[in-house]
Amino acid sequence: MSVFIVRRSLQAVLVLFVMSMLVFIGVYAIGNPIDILINPLADQQEREHAIAALGLDRPMWTQYLAFLAGALRGDLGNSFVHNTSALRLILERMPATLELAIAAMVIAIVLGIPLGLWAGLKPNTAAGRTIMAGSILGFSLPTFWVGLMLIMVFSVMLGWLPSNGRGPTTLLFGVPVSFLSLEGWRHLILPATNLALFKLALLIRLTRAGTREALLQDYVKFARAKGLTNARVIGVHVLRNILIPIVTVIGLEFGSVIAFAIVTETVFAWPGMGKLLIDSINLLDRPIIVAYLLVIVFMFIVINLLVDILYSALDPRVRLSEAKG
Amino acid sequence: METPFRRMLSDFLSSPTAVFGLVLLAAILTVAIAAPFISPQNPYDLAQLDVMDGRLPPGAKTDGGTFWLGTDDQGRDMLSAIFYGLRISLTVGVVSTVVALALGLALGLAAAYLGGRTETVIMRIADIQLSFPAILIALILLAVLGQGMLKIIAALVTVQWAYYARTVRSAALVEKRKEYIEAARCLALPPSRIVFRHLLPNCLPPLIVVATVQVAAAIALEATLSFLGLGLPITEPSLGLLIANGYQYLLSGKYWISFFPGVALLLTIVSINLVADQLRDVLNPRLQR
Repeated sequence: MSVFIVRRSLQAVLVLFVMSMLVFIGVYAIGNPIDILINPLADQQEREHAIAALGLDRPMWTQYLAFLAGALRGDLGNSFVHNTSALRLILERMPATLELAIAAMVIAIVLGIPLGLWAGLKPNTAAGRTIMAGSILGFSLPTFWVGLMLIMVFSVMLGWLPSNGRGPTTLLFGVPVSFLSLEGWRHLILPATNLALFKLALLIRLTRAGTREALLQDYVKFARAKGLTNARVIGVHVLRNILIPIVTVIGLEFGSVIAFAIVTETVFAWPGMGKLLIDSINLLDRPIIVAYLLVIVFMFIVINLLVDILYSALDPRVRLSEAKG
Repeated sequence: METPFRRMLSDFLSSPTAVFGLVLLAAILTVAIAAPFISPQNPYDLAQLDVMDGRLPPGAKTDGGTFWLGTDDQGRDMLSAIFYGLRISLTVGVVSTVVALALGLALGLAAAYLGGRTETVIMRIADIQLSFPAILIALILLAVLGQGMLKIIAALVTVQWAYYARTVRSAALVEKRKEYIEAARCLALPPSRIVFRHLLPNCLPPLIVVATVQVAAAIALEATLSFLGLGLPITEPSLGLLIANGYQYLLSGKYWISFFPGVALLLTIVSINLVADQLRDVLNPRLQR
């Protein structure tokens, strides 16, 4: 197990290194670094001063080393607009995004697994077919448009829920969160539902396919032959076996939820990292774009690593083949 | 005589849902192609627009005719705007899919047939890329590249090629070990002939399924990017941009500017997905009766 974790961690560090190089090439070599890193409003003297300060007149590989050294110290440049550390701005916005993503994931899991199980157990009933049709719709509906329609129905027509922002936050261990107050919940529920829809559809399909496959297996027939109750066969034997792929997908999809939060945050004006990214792109605040990119790449690599470790803990076969290979 | 094509066709038509999807898709394509002839007005001809007609609700009647789906803030007929928007959305979706398909096919086949270092490099790049969500990669590319039709197609191709490369490689690896390829090699056929005449046609079925799904995904992604203001410029409004235009009027209850383009987008994506779902079953040899 520890060999596996060390191997995977080394791989993760390697990917991070490669990605940092790609980001560097993207920003410094393909784009014009002077345009990207220096405020367009600066005058000639300031520009020259900044070019020298940033070392843009030095050879490429020394620039990369300087960039890497800065990144390792957590220094990813200052925002043009806010004039503070880009990394700190992103980290300040991160709790809002994480709260939204976790809320969406919880909604998708709490609804998706039971619905998928139902559709898998009774595939040819009206309920089973309706669930599947709903999941096709969930895949096809563009997230941003669903968000607009949720605002239209629940905020404009019915007037039940607020259409934007995060509402008042409460401090939990020094981190501002919404879910501790009723007003916070009222702000959270629409964006979280919006973000959850796609993953909900995915989980329904995954659970349904797994259930249908598991029901044909010998161990289920054997459990039934032993005279176990239906609840025990499904709750223990079927569910346990289909959970392994589901846990993996949940883990991997968490990263994509954070990425898709960009869209939901823009629609609902939710003050997270994603909205900051879009605002920064519109304001050409490039240091924030670079910092966001590195932060999200880092998050993805950590998530992928955790999923791999979790997966190997759940399924010993993975660990064995990796250790040999 | 039952040819494979006939069998697939009758298999395909056996599902009413799939037939519905196909008919819907055909209707949408017809509307998109015939947009200049069937639209009540040319939505980009400023001379035909009257700002006084701005933000009229669906079904509003004026001297210029009836606006069945209402008008936007410029007084543009939404129905016509949607017809033209469909053209742009479909063009972007189809062109980017075809280019990505060609690129992914070439790289995937090269990886499977050549093996060794070529395979490792190509598949590692695909692996790393696929571990990030498409929207993130496209977003970042467009933030660097800027707006425009060609740029968004380039971004969509970049995020899509890896799906095809991976699909075609895994199919080709299975096919490569089969006897007909061995036979072709024994006949000392040139590698290009083996790859293109023997290997490629047998790798196509899974690729067709992936490509159909990806057209829908590309259209949805383009709409999302345009909505975020990173896709197409305002001069070429796709469905996503039409929806974005209506966003600011949504809160004052003027729902139609965003609602109807969204319905058009939804119908397009659903119809493609329904067709793709059935194609997957029809082309899957394991499910053949």
